Amino acid sequence: MADLNELNSGEAIPELRVTPDKYLPHRYAGASGDFNPIHIDPEFAKAVGLPQNILHGLYSMAQVARAQTAAAGGDPRALQRLSVQFRGMGVPEQEIVVSGTVSAVEDGVATVETQAEQAGNGIIRNAVAELKIA
Amino acid sequence: MTVNAAAVGKEYPAVTYEVGHEKIREYANAVGEENPVHHDRTAAEAAGFRSTVAPPMFTVVYSSPAVGPAVTDPEVGINLMMMVHGSQEFIWGEPVCAGDSITTTCKVKEIFEKDGKGFYVFESVSTNQDGAEVVRGVWTNIVRGV
Repeated sequence: MADLNELNSGEAIPELRVTPDKYLPHRYAGASGDFNPIHIDPEFAKAVGLPQNILHGLYSMAQVARAQTAAAGGDPRALQRLSVQFRGMGVPEQEIVVSGTVSAVEDGVATVETQAEQAGNGIIRNAVAELKIA
Repeated sequence: MTVNAAAVGKEYPAVTYEVGHEKIREYANAVGEENPVHHDRTAAEAAGFRSTVAPPMFTVVYSSPAVGPAVTDPEVGINLMMMVHGSQEFIWGEPVCAGDSITTTCKVKEIFEKDGKGFYVFESVSTNQDGAEVVRGVWTNIVRGV
């Protein structure tokens, strides 16, 4: 399913870089059904103490998921498990960088320790993915 | 004040979601999934899927409607103004394709207090029209100042 040569223990997976535009949270709200105003209304977000409207955590998790399936050769069936911790706040109009390292390859499953950050601030930490590679 | 764990084990009504081709495309476009199997029925079938296949994280589209009522249940007692989504885990099974009918149930898995914060853990299980499990989710919400 995946290119075994690209998922060896101790090696990094290819970085995924994406910059969500100003209106991305609106499109993600429509696509996901999560219209919490902290994600789409800058005035509301500021009124509850946030610096601006913030990205949906599950959008950021979707970017981490995308980096894993890409590393496994693009087949969505490769991603068997993903657990993440949400930390900090993701914001629109700033590049997200997803990185990761293969920590083990056993019985046809690669385990990847992975994370996402914006300008050096972690927005997803301590994430673990399991990818089927055989 | 301490957290009340009386609701642990409580189960909520199942929610069924009909998966549509254009909804998968809309979601794939929003999150940047460019693989043609998420956009084109013919490409998906050529890759061995029954129809246009949902990206793994599309899971939130069909399972959130089952989890929401648990999170806002007064018996669970979450102070929603002080709640953050702390962590999330999904374990995937059978792929979800356009035309599938996905049924999700949710229950309260754990409620506990740690470092002055309340941890509210929910588990969702989604199955397709053939009874095959498509995803199991563990949703952890953290409430400050309990």
